[in-house]
Amino acid sequence: MIPAAFDYVRAESAEEAISLIGQHGDESKFLAGGHSLLPLMKLRLAQPTVLIDIGRLTDLSYIREDGDVIAIGAMTRHMDVENSPVLAEHAPLLAHAASHVGDPQVRHRGTIGGSIAHSDSASDLPATTLALGATYVAQGPNGTREIAAGDFYKGFLTTDLAADEMLTEIRVPKMQGAGWSFQKFNRRAQDWAIVGVAAWRRNGDSGIGLVNMSSVPVLASGVSSALSGGASIEDAAALATEGCDPTADLNASIEYREHLARILTKRALEASSS
Amino acid sequence: MTVIDDMEASTESIAAGNGVLGQRMLRKEDPALLTGEAVFTNDMKVPGALHLAVLRSPYAHAKILSVDVSGALAMPGVLHAYSGADLADSWAAPMPCAWPVTDDMKNPAHYPLAVSKATYVGDGVACVLATSDAAARDAIEAIDVEYEPLPAVIDLEDALSDNVVIHDELGTNASYTWPLVIEETEGDCQKAMDESAYVVKERYVQQRLIPMAMEPRAVVAMPQPFGGDMTLYSSTQVPHILKVMTALTLGIPEQQMRVVCPAVGGGFGSKLNVYAEELLCVQLAQTLKVPVRWNEERGENTQATIHGRAQIQDIELAADEQGKITGMRVRLIGDMGAYLQLVTPGVPLLGAFLYGGVYEIPKAFDFSCTSVFTTMTPTDAYRGAGRPEATYAIEHAMDALARKMDIDPLELRRRNFIPKEAFPYEAYTGLTYDSGDHDKAATVAENILGYADLRAKQAAQNTPDAKKRLGIGVSTYFEMCGLAPSRVLASLNYSAGGWESATVRVLPTSKIQVVTGTAPHGQGHETAWSMIAADKFGVDPADVDVLHSDTAIAPLGLDTYGSRSLPVGGVAIGMACDKVIEKARKIAAHQMEANEEDLEFAGGMFTVKGSPDKEMPLAAIAFEAFTAHDLPDDLEPNLEVQVTYDPPNFSWPFGTHMCVVEIDVETGETDVLEYVAVDDCGNKVNPLIVDGQVHGGVVQGLAQALYEEAAYDSDGNLQSSSLAEYLVPAASDVPSITTGESITPSPTNPLGVKGVGEAGTIGAAPCIMNAVVDALSGLGVQDIQMPASPLKVWTAIQEAQA
Repeated sequence: MIPAAFDYVRAESAEEAISLIGQHGDESKFLAGGHSLLPLMKLRLAQPTVLIDIGRLTDLSYIREDGDVIAIGAMTRHMDVENSPVLAEHAPLLAHAASHVGDPQVRHRGTIGGSIAHSDSASDLPATTLALGATYVAQGPNGTREIAAGDFYKGFLTTDLAADEMLTEIRVPKMQGAGWSFQKFNRRAQDWAIVGVAAWRRNGDSGIGLVNMSSVPVLASGVSSALSGGASIEDAAALATEGCDPTADLNASIEYREHLARILTKRALEASSS
Repeated sequence: MTVIDDMEASTESIAAGNGVLGQRMLRKEDPALLTGEAVFTNDMKVPGALHLAVLRSPYAHAKILSVDVSGALAMPGVLHAYSGADLADSWAAPMPCAWPVTDDMKNPAHYPLAVSKATYVGDGVACVLATSDAAARDAIEAIDVEYEPLPAVIDLEDALSDNVVIHDELGTNASYTWPLVIEETEGDCQKAMDESAYVVKERYVQQRLIPMAMEPRAVVAMPQPFGGDMTLYSSTQVPHILKVMTALTLGIPEQQMRVVCPAVGGGFGSKLNVYAEELLCVQLAQTLKVPVRWNEERGENTQATIHGRAQIQDIELAADEQGKITGMRVRLIGDMGAYLQLVTPGVPLLGAFLYGGVYEIPKAFDFSCTSVFTTMTPTDAYRGAGRPEATYAIEHAMDALARKMDIDPLELRRRNFIPKEAFPYEAYTGLTYDSGDHDKAATVAENILGYADLRAKQAAQNTPDAKKRLGIGVSTYFEMCGLAPSRVLASLNYSAGGWESATVRVLPTSKIQVVTGTAPHGQGHETAWSMIAADKFGVDPADVDVLHSDTAIAPLGLDTYGSRSLPVGGVAIGMACDKVIEKARKIAAHQMEANEEDLEFAGGMFTVKGSPDKEMPLAAIAFEAFTAHDLPDDLEPNLEVQVTYDPPNFSWPFGTHMCVVEIDVETGETDVLEYVAVDDCGNKVNPLIVDGQVHGGVVQGLAQALYEEAAYDSDGNLQSSSLAEYLVPAASDVPSITTGESITPSPTNPLGVKGVGEAGTIGAAPCIMNAVVDALSGLGVQDIQMPASPLKVWTAIQEAQA
């Protein structure tokens, strides 16, 4: 449980962090809440040579209305997402999903930006923000750009972020009046989801994000199309595994995972419709 | 359980002073533990200590072709590095196995570091000493080992086939076959199977479990200045056994060895052992004349510390028309892992005596256990050690029989209970159960749960298309604990006795010291032992200090395991107190010029019957005993007595557990809605501690039923080697537990107490699994092996419905 040796630098601003990562290159990593990176380092599965600590960039911790969207700073802790009155009003699905991340200690340290940038498909927030049609803001040496969540996840723990870019903001569309549900299936409260489903419905629209059903979080667009086309919840949910490529592990076979995805999608849609 | 109320109640009762036995006194140990002030082995500051790190085999089975430590020696902070071959001449004897269960048992020589072959993932092959833990751990990565991988041996029946022999020198993977021989009964079992109205034949798999004590192991070996004395600090539950075994294995004169356990954060049997790292630290500290320390990482703990359970059980029950058991056959295959650790081979045998459960079992009983080596972490005693496995088999098989007969499982049990009047009862094994009232324990549990109403609710809910199905679980158990009369242990070939030592001394200022040979690692002996002495002397438990876990302070003892501490060690303390009081009585009689038989002792005061003005407090007697100015002739000064108590029988706690589960048929998820535990452990010294033991035990048994498994892949890699994959349930994952009261004092010891450390674990796994199968049998599910994960439950439903 002792990581390999590494150097540590603390960034005082986003600009400095980006400059530092440009300077130290591929073997450096941003350290946000540390709840994914540090365990990997302690197991020596990750051995970055330099950690750039962005933990003091408190100006990146905020949740505020910005026109039709809610802007969330990347360094906002899960606990603040969970308890945000702004999100409770405009995107309660996200606040609720954040309450399912890990345990209270994890939620007090872990950040929404860290979770999304780490892009573990078994994590709750990548799939949830994907379902919500979020946009992510990346800042690099040449300024900022917006990346649609649907374009962000490229593969196992791989995102569209360039090596010298930092995720700075998550922008979630306001969605008052939507029905929503987050179904997380796991064996212990603190665990990653074996399968999770984040879903919302409003008028004819819907969004369904699947946790841990592929190497990347999955937007179950086939389900949404079927619902728009008038399919029953049962029939639409049967399409949940389209485009999924789940793996087997101690907790689930591929077949079981696909079954869970359909059942949980059905339950999520039923809960979103009531 | 409402903890807050308990705390308030306990404050009040302690203020009352006397009659402290049976009070829910808060534990003396807890302030230090809860504030972080308790000192664990790894908290010790040891100037100049070198840190040991062990390089472990990544292969389950591999020849070691070469080991090159030069890379490690070149690393910063590294002073020494050794291969197994480098240290091969350091050991006076192989690592100890203290339980040669048969004369022909095969036991491969086992040394702290492997020399020519690694036989499990985690087997130590080389080590480093450095100036810091971090430097040592960095350096082991620079050791170059050339391996020739060999096939892993994971499946027990495959291991028995000897297709791949793990220890070449043995020529076989089978370690021993041990039958329970019952005189003049040959053929009776088969006759019962042939002639009885009902026979059920079941196979159960006791999955491997990882004990996962909260504190991993830690060791500090500290050579004393001049003369060769050595102090070994270790996170162990057996300091006395460790002292003897270290002396034997390393050839150190025993009087030069001292073992100390600082605060120990749990063991569950996993620290009832003599480990490679303890021997490495002592040997290297002695050779190099510097302190050497080692701290186990969690990942190491999952592979380098023993595992538990790991058996295949074939059980056959025969019963007559009424369901009365007429015969039983049990065949076990025990998974020893790669080597025999301290008591590895004896674990399955302990269960042999409990397959009969709480029932009147005829001598038509046929038991045999064959144990086999595999290329996995060695197994050994884990909370209950053989007895939870046995109880699971009989209790799960009783449910199978009840289903076959289509009668209520509780009713079937009642038809077979040994009746209260029959105690003391000589069992089919020849052992005598000292006491029991199984119908009472079952009735208490039944009433708390509302059993009959729940059965009606279940019948209404479990329609064929129900999405959620109710299951009701029942388990009853006997536990054989307080190991044990030394002569009985001898008959089992166990190498140690079963006695325990206590010294009680009243200091000149009348404060009391209790010295015990038990070695608490979470049980609360400081609290409980001080309550026993306080009750005897009529003083406040705060005036009693309990000394333990240091072989220089408490040289005699056999440590803590097998729920033995109270029924053996605690009883010894009571007996020592009585003897001190008898001595004090002589002094009081002398001082007050009264006859001993006219003296009464209560509340810490001797009074003379019929002379209300004459009294002498214990404090005054203690000071008289100390000054020795005016003692009776022939009476030695001081108030101190040592007692060694060898119990006349095991202690036999028993109980009934019941639970309700609800299973989500669509997902296979099991939700435990209610859990009732009635554990009869005789008189309770501190019911708060009893409840804690029961709660923890139930959760550990529930964990086996639903969560935990040390899963290996076919290459012999442990797949659940962290707490992310090895699913220890947390508080949020377990139900509230209701405890019910049944007290049947033990007739075999003066305190009337029985052990309770393992009881909850023993009752819980069959209770939960009986409920799971009960919920699903209506869908055609016959059985599910532990742990009943959602995946397994869902798969079983799919297969039954197909």
